[in-house]
Amino acid sequence: MSDLTKLTLKAALDGLKARDFSSEEITRAFVANIDAANPRLNAYVVQTTDKALEMARASDARLAKGEGGPLEGAPLGIKDLFCTDGVQTTAGSNMLRGFVPPYESTVTSNLWADGAVMLGKLNMDEFAMGSSNETSAFGPVVNPWKSSASNADLTPGGSSGGSASAVAGDLCLAATASDTGGSIRQPAAFTGTVGMKPTYGRASRFGMVAFASSLDQAGPIAKTVEDAAILLRSMCSFDPKDSTSLDVEAPDWTQSLGKGAKGLRIGIPKEYVVDGMPAEQMDLWEKGKAWLRDAGAEIVDISLPHTRYALPAYYIIAPAEASSNLARYDGMRFGHRADKASSLTDLYETSRAEGFGKEVQRRLTIGAYVLSAGFYDAYYVRALKVRRRIAMDFDAVWDKVDAILTPSTPSAAFAIGDKQVDPLQMYLNDIFTVTANLAGLPGISVPAGLDKGGLPLGLQVIGKALDEATVFQVADVLEQSAGFTARPEKWW
Amino acid sequence: MTENTKLIHGRTGPWEIVMGLEIHAQVASKAKLFSGAAVGFGAGPNEQVSLVDAGFPGMLPVLNKFCVEQAVRTGLGLNAQINRRSQFDRKNYFYPDLPTGYQISQLYHPIVGEGVVEVEAEDGAFFNVGIERLHLEQDAGKLIHDLSPTESYVDLNRAGTALMEIVSRPDIRSPEEAVAYVKKIRTILIYLGTCDGDMEKGNLRADVNVSVCREGQYAKYKATGDFSHLGTRCEIKNVNSFRFISQAINYEARRQIEILEDGGKVIQETRLYDPTAGETRSMRSKEEAMDYRYFPDPDLLPLEIEQAWIDEIKANLPELPDAKRRRLMADYGLSQYDAVVLISEQAKADYFEAAAKGRDAKLVANWVTNELSARLAANDLDFDQSPVPAAHVAQLVELIETNVISSKIAKEVFDHVWNGEGSPAEVVEKHGLKQVTDTGAIEKAVDEIIAANPDKAAAVAEKPQAIGWFVGQVMKATGGKANPAAVNDILKAKLGL
Repeated sequence: MSDLTKLTLKAALDGLKARDFSSEEITRAFVANIDAANPRLNAYVVQTTDKALEMARASDARLAKGEGGPLEGAPLGIKDLFCTDGVQTTAGSNMLRGFVPPYESTVTSNLWADGAVMLGKLNMDEFAMGSSNETSAFGPVVNPWKSSASNADLTPGGSSGGSASAVAGDLCLAATASDTGGSIRQPAAFTGTVGMKPTYGRASRFGMVAFASSLDQAGPIAKTVEDAAILLRSMCSFDPKDSTSLDVEAPDWTQSLGKGAKGLRIGIPKEYVVDGMPAEQMDLWEKGKAWLRDAGAEIVDISLPHTRYALPAYYIIAPAEASSNLARYDGMRFGHRADKASSLTDLYETSRAEGFGKEVQRRLTIGAYVLSAGFYDAYYVRALKVRRRIAMDFDAVWDKVDAILTPSTPSAAFAIGDKQVDPLQMYLNDIFTVTANLAGLPGISVPAGLDKGGLPLGLQVIGKALDEATVFQVADVLEQSAGFTARPEKWW
Repeated sequence: MTENTKLIHGRTGPWEIVMGLEIHAQVASKAKLFSGAAVGFGAGPNEQVSLVDAGFPGMLPVLNKFCVEQAVRTGLGLNAQINRRSQFDRKNYFYPDLPTGYQISQLYHPIVGEGVVEVEAEDGAFFNVGIERLHLEQDAGKLIHDLSPTESYVDLNRAGTALMEIVSRPDIRSPEEAVAYVKKIRTILIYLGTCDGDMEKGNLRADVNVSVCREGQYAKYKATGDFSHLGTRCEIKNVNSFRFISQAINYEARRQIEILEDGGKVIQETRLYDPTAGETRSMRSKEEAMDYRYFPDPDLLPLEIEQAWIDEIKANLPELPDAKRRRLMADYGLSQYDAVVLISEQAKADYFEAAAKGRDAKLVANWVTNELSARLAANDLDFDQSPVPAAHVAQLVELIETNVISSKIAKEVFDHVWNGEGSPAEVVEKHGLKQVTDTGAIEKAVDEIIAANPDKAAAVAEKPQAIGWFVGQVMKATGGKANPAAVNDILKAKLGL
């Protein structure tokens, strides 16, 4: 039998349904891959092999009876941000090392209800703060891709680096991820995978370890646009336990595929050209326009004038919310607690200093600062105004265009250690992705080409709120036109 | 209340006290404000705690609609503006009784805006206290320090319970007014059913902001709205009884006056009242005040309320104390004093109304506010637990009104009724307590007594007040059942007075 782990989610689901192979077989194949690869790629922080096999056998029993949900028997990886009942959940932090939640996130509950199999928990930047997976307390994830120019280990991006590497390295059929400023789309772009962040409120945040509540949104990383559409539908649901959850149906987005782009108007924002962007990224953007034009779309030049303020606003709002969201990690009820402390204040300070890594501490400090008396209006309130302007920028173009095409990232994957010196360089990774978070819009990254070192590059499609259908439709055209078939050569 | 009673005389002249109160009232609700966990008194430690209350990762708050309804109801009861759009904010600080590291409150956009409350002072005059705002917020848990010499324990049962913070304008001018104001708010809340008002359990407690200024400065503030005419205030936290409120204010005002008269400056700070020592003590100064880094809670959307819902709540409000007081005075001809006493408890007013139908209302009010109130209080019972039903008080008054029994005998009848011997009519029948109005029987008794005491009868002519002795003798002879008016008339006639 051919290598089951190379199947797309769609092909695997078809094969499972047709009983060409069992869930246990494909699960075992992934377990073998993970066992072999994880020492090098470090994508998984927890493997739940026994649980996976148990779930797989239960799926097989259902499949044998002709039953089963939309994801029946499909082995998935779960970003360690999603709380999983009885399985350690750390959000990549020493603060939560050993924390086993007695509850399940809504997103993962939905997956299990649809028949999916959990292979394990995927590595990530600590509390989802990072763009390279280097802030994880469990060590960096390594990108399965290597540049032809160097043998250096590359980052898979972040914060969903474990999810991206696992999908690119055939360590799961698809994975859950989360995106606060680009944490799904940037790693997808760096690993030649598809990453979709839906409209804010589509997927419940209940049971997701919070980074920045008003920006955090769950979504899939998958091998194809179709796979992303399938997995996203299972992840989304209206959830009364999340007050920001939207009471809307998740439609069958695979219906949006194969429709071409006839009649669609695609906006090209002039502000998404940044200094130092590699020529091949610019070329790829041009190719994207051409593909869409060929598929019948009209290309429209647009302006989103406040784009340049998005990144600064994001790096005020996200840390501000984080500084409050992470206050619960105080060493009192769960998580890390300092062994020795001379007073209550000392216990707080020492526990948090030991439990949180440098990047988390940096952002919590920024967040506390921008919310503090005397600075609140100058930073936080002003950032909220910028956020409003950015949303208005988008609102103003939706009568002219149906979707927007941009590069996903300013560059391809970089080497581990390359950008650790200057956090600002790292923050620039989010420059094309944060706007969709600030405006709550759906955005997808589709692999569309390779740079001169043979590394994948992605194109991003941003759509109207709740119009994932058009985003998938456009992404499908890009995927088909690009004919992106490159896969990382196995070196691990 | 005259101006003079509001003044405190120091060494250097008279001072005025100015106060604003923040009342924290626990919302009467079966579940907490954001978690659905049960609320109740007497549960074991940490038995009423959900994962949301304990601040576990990934847990999210979901607003309890009933608590919102209670806040709206309270706002309406305080004659206040209901804000159709409000917002929850996070107040950030670290403390072991605060699991999330922030309290969800409403700083920037409270659910209830300005209102006004009419308060009766002790002398029966009324004064108005402006309400600045009412907002919803979470209560914190409780630290227990006395279980172990080396460790402190945390009980999160109370964490996340809904509180209404009712903030007054600085319109309160004396310790007595402060107590009267808190009592009035408490009565309104109990009428509304939005807080049980139980101060012993901490379900109603007050922070008192006290400042002092020279005589006349308050009037200047009132005329201009300029706070600089007032003194620097200190906030006394968490005072939880009427007595302590009064004591704490008295102490604090004197303390501030002494500082000022010694040429010092009052420092703006938070203080605690120690009832054992009878003094307030500094908790933290303004300089040490924490920076709470308030910002809108991103887990919660702005709270938007339909006008129709507010109207529906308004239409179903119970009759409130002020309206009831006015109605009792108008419909039953009661004095303000009686009406105020009756409305102080809803059940007492209800009891009165049930008993007063068709009876002498003043007489019913007397029985309810005196005899019955005293008995219930002595037995630690509320009006709705009274062993004597309202119909029995009504019947008792009817028996007095129709001269079947005298007021004096009525007390004895009441004793029997209280002891469960049946209705007043049954008791009168059973114990033969009917008043003697048969003049023949009374004349007979009078004649016998005059005949037996000729010297005393003669003396009455010169000392008419001595007739009292004869009345007493007649009553004694008739077992107290003779109609006193008839006895008097017959005695006067027979003694030639």
